[in-house]
Amino acid sequence: MAGIVGYGAYVPRHRIKVEEIAKVWGTDAESYKRGLMLKEKSVPAPDQDTITMSVEAARNAVKRAGIDPVLIEAVYVGSESHPYAVKPSGTVVSEAVGTTRNIHCADFEFACKAGSEAMFICIGLVEGGAVRYGLAIGADTSQGAPGDALEYSAAAGAAAFIFGKEDGVARVLHTHTFMTDTPDFWRREYEYYPRHGGRFTGEQAYFRHITTAASQMMEKAKMKPQDFTYAVFHQPNGKFPMKVGEMLGFKREQMEAGWLSPTLGNTYSGSSPMGLTAILDVAKPGEKILMTSFGSGAGSDGFIFEVTKQIDKVRDVAPKTREQLDNKTYIEYGVYAKFRGKIRKAV
Amino acid sequence: MRDVAVIGVGLSEWGELWKRSLREIFVDAASAAIADAGVDRIDSMYVGCMSGGLFVGQEHLASLLSDYLGVASIPACRVESACASGGVAFRQGYIEVASGMNDVVLVGGVEKMTDVGGDGATYALATAADQEYEVYHGVTFPGLYAMMANEHMSRFGTTREQLAHVAVKNHRHGAMNPKAQYPFEVTVEGVLKSVLVADPLRILDCSPITDGAAAAVLCPLDMAKKLSKKPIVRVVGSGHSTDSIALHDREDLTELAATKRAAEKAYKMAEVGPAEISFAEVHDCFTIAEICVIEALGLVERGKGGTAAESGLTALGGRIPVNTSGGLKSKGHPVGCTGIAQIVELTEQLRGESGKRQVKGAKRGLAQNMGGTGGSTTVHILEVE
Amino acid sequence: MFPSRYWREIPQRYRLEAAKCTGCGKVSFPPRSKCPKCGGVEFDEARLPEKGVVKTFTIIRVAPSQFVEQAPYAVGIVELEGGVKITAQIVDCPLEDIKIGQKVRIEFRRLQEDGCSGVICYGYKCVPAL
Ligand SMILES: [Zn+2]
Repeated sequence: MAGIVGYGAYVPRHRIKVEEIAKVWGTDAESYKRGLMLKEKSVPAPDQDTITMSVEAARNAVKRAGIDPVLIEAVYVGSESHPYAVKPSGTVVSEAVGTTRNIHCADFEFACKAGSEAMFICIGLVEGGAVRYGLAIGADTSQGAPGDALEYSAAAGAAAFIFGKEDGVARVLHTHTFMTDTPDFWRREYEYYPRHGGRFTGEQAYFRHITTAASQMMEKAKMKPQDFTYAVFHQPNGKFPMKVGEMLGFKREQMEAGWLSPTLGNTYSGSSPMGLTAILDVAKPGEKILMTSFGSGAGSDGFIFEVTKQIDKVRDVAPKTREQLDNKTYIEYGVYAKFRGKIRKAV
Repeated sequence: MRDVAVIGVGLSEWGELWKRSLREIFVDAASAAIADAGVDRIDSMYVGCMSGGLFVGQEHLASLLSDYLGVASIPACRVESACASGGVAFRQGYIEVASGMNDVVLVGGVEKMTDVGGDGATYALATAADQEYEVYHGVTFPGLYAMMANEHMSRFGTTREQLAHVAVKNHRHGAMNPKAQYPFEVTVEGVLKSVLVADPLRILDCSPITDGAAAAVLCPLDMAKKLSKKPIVRVVGSGHSTDSIALHDREDLTELAATKRAAEKAYKMAEVGPAEISFAEVHDCFTIAEICVIEALGLVERGKGGTAAESGLTALGGRIPVNTSGGLKSKGHPVGCTGIAQIVELTEQLRGESGKRQVKGAKRGLAQNMGGTGGSTTVHILEVE
Repeated sequence: MFPSRYWREIPQRYRLEAAKCTGCGKVSFPPRSKCPKCGGVEFDEARLPEKGVVKTFTIIRVAPSQFVEQAPYAVGIVELEGGVKITAQIVDCPLEDIKIGQKVRIEFRRLQEDGCSGVICYGYKCVPAL
């Protein structure tokens, strides 16, 4: 099997608190904070987008991998907020990172699981021997419509993984996937903000796909929740990943290391991949990690990793995910609205 | 090389000239210079203009302007070296007369800047910096000089107030110049309270956006002596030097090396030193610029430029009056025209025609004109016979 | 900005590719075909380091057309390790906290865009070093 040879995350510096958003729309901040189990979310600066965050996360991954980036032969960027509708994000990332030009490159979109799709495909290409190293990125600068429930959680961040034939910092033990056609959340061509099916996004979408993918994968691997030190799930808010973990039989302690959403928000394609980076920042050799993503539309990808001794050598080579999460500047709603293009200066 | 004299000078009206076009103001200035010279022919012409293309959408200026001046058959050439376009045009005309190629050469400068909005003017002016490695990052001209100001302040202890004193002095001079665009006095407090443009520079640290033209007629000294009834003003020194266009490529961010080199050449040619200069017109596009320039010219010691305006050293009546015209700051700064306008001020001062702002006993004047952040500079020394 | 003009500078904008003179060792950024120090014409490829110090800076409040939406913003001259100086925006730092001598590092950012339908121009900016 393949392994993660390098990993990296990027969290933009700015944050907005739930209170700040609730104040503008006249809603009850406490009930949102309780209901979503979320205090604040990251906000990209006007000069940041999926491409810039992908580049920074990828550079961190290259540092940890300690490889010449020219050996990377595949780059896939998963996002639902690619800056261009037509023109790949991956070409910019590839040039900025300095990969070979004989590279397979594509942008993926599958709502919030575009990042794990990128991981899945890199693992396959590495295992099949088609590429030496593959770079998989999940990144988003997603938007919630003003006043919509999503506005409290839609955040920005990126995670990047370099997969190679060697064990690296974590061996890939198993992968699995589960998908149905479920229209729980979507954004039509030329529309700026997404729409969603409200409570329909829960049981039949998020919970069904994650529990099915994760339990089928554990069955295939002949493993139980107690065999894992860590588990990480897609984090549309703070509450859902804890609940889905409990449904699968995981305990809070197994999920806390990768549970970033209470202070990060939902980074969409970056969500469970960023959780995985936070776990790798603290994991010890021999520990096992279960990751299951979720993307609306809808589907889940599952991965089981085993951490290797290499982790101790590379962990400190690049900024850790929670260090970046702690380096923050709060902004008010007006600045947030400007940063996110909700209001524009007259020019 | 022949000795060369300036026998005629002229300025157009200056300011926000909503009714006047680039070609009209140039013809005004050129006609005034030709009349002042009393010549009946022009053999050749050089026109300094920074960006007819960006300001009014017009290139191929030399032909347009010679046509409108009624001398369409003469060799005419537009010279561009950003804000030093006028100074370089003057030097090209000087070389042509000195060489013997032609006798009566018109050198002019013109810029029509008000046909674009503020951001358009900021953009056009910024083309004098490195497009790919400075302007691409959002830097502006006030921004580049502001960075020089911050460095000068942090390194030499120059104060924010000292910058303001340059504006106060030049406006005091400009208030005595009927041609100045902003002929009013300002106070240190007024400068310090004016709106920020690029920290630490405020709007009253910056030269304005100006429409204007200037012209001078050059001819061999012998011819001038026969022709002119006015005191003869001779070009005794000319220096021209270039430097990296990008500020960040300079070893020392506040030393104007091109100005220093151009001045050395001009002093050597004129066989004088800074102490023998009676007055100077220098390129004070921003208050900090005047401070750095007078240091590079050797009028004050390196790092000591900050105190010159405040102490009165560079004011009218001081040891070396600088920018008696009001400078770019008060008189106005039609960018490609400025270098020629400085020659106009020098000539009038040397002839004793400057009225209330006349420098007593003005014998030898120096004009320093620079492009960009000092990527090009000309220094000329003029002397009255 | 026409795409070819942006595209041509990508190695410098994205990867800070420079040229080191084989004769005297001077690093030129962007690369030049003639060394400004010794006149040499042979170079080794070099990458500028990503850490540096703010030599001087300003806050741009009156911006050129394509930056009007970003104003006010900070621009500085940053001396990177090894001595090469570059002009770059300083971001992710409150404007009032920027200081001469401050340590910064390079990050990849959007620099400008050609309206909402034109090409997006990326490149380097500086952020406070952690
Ligand atoms: Zn060399």
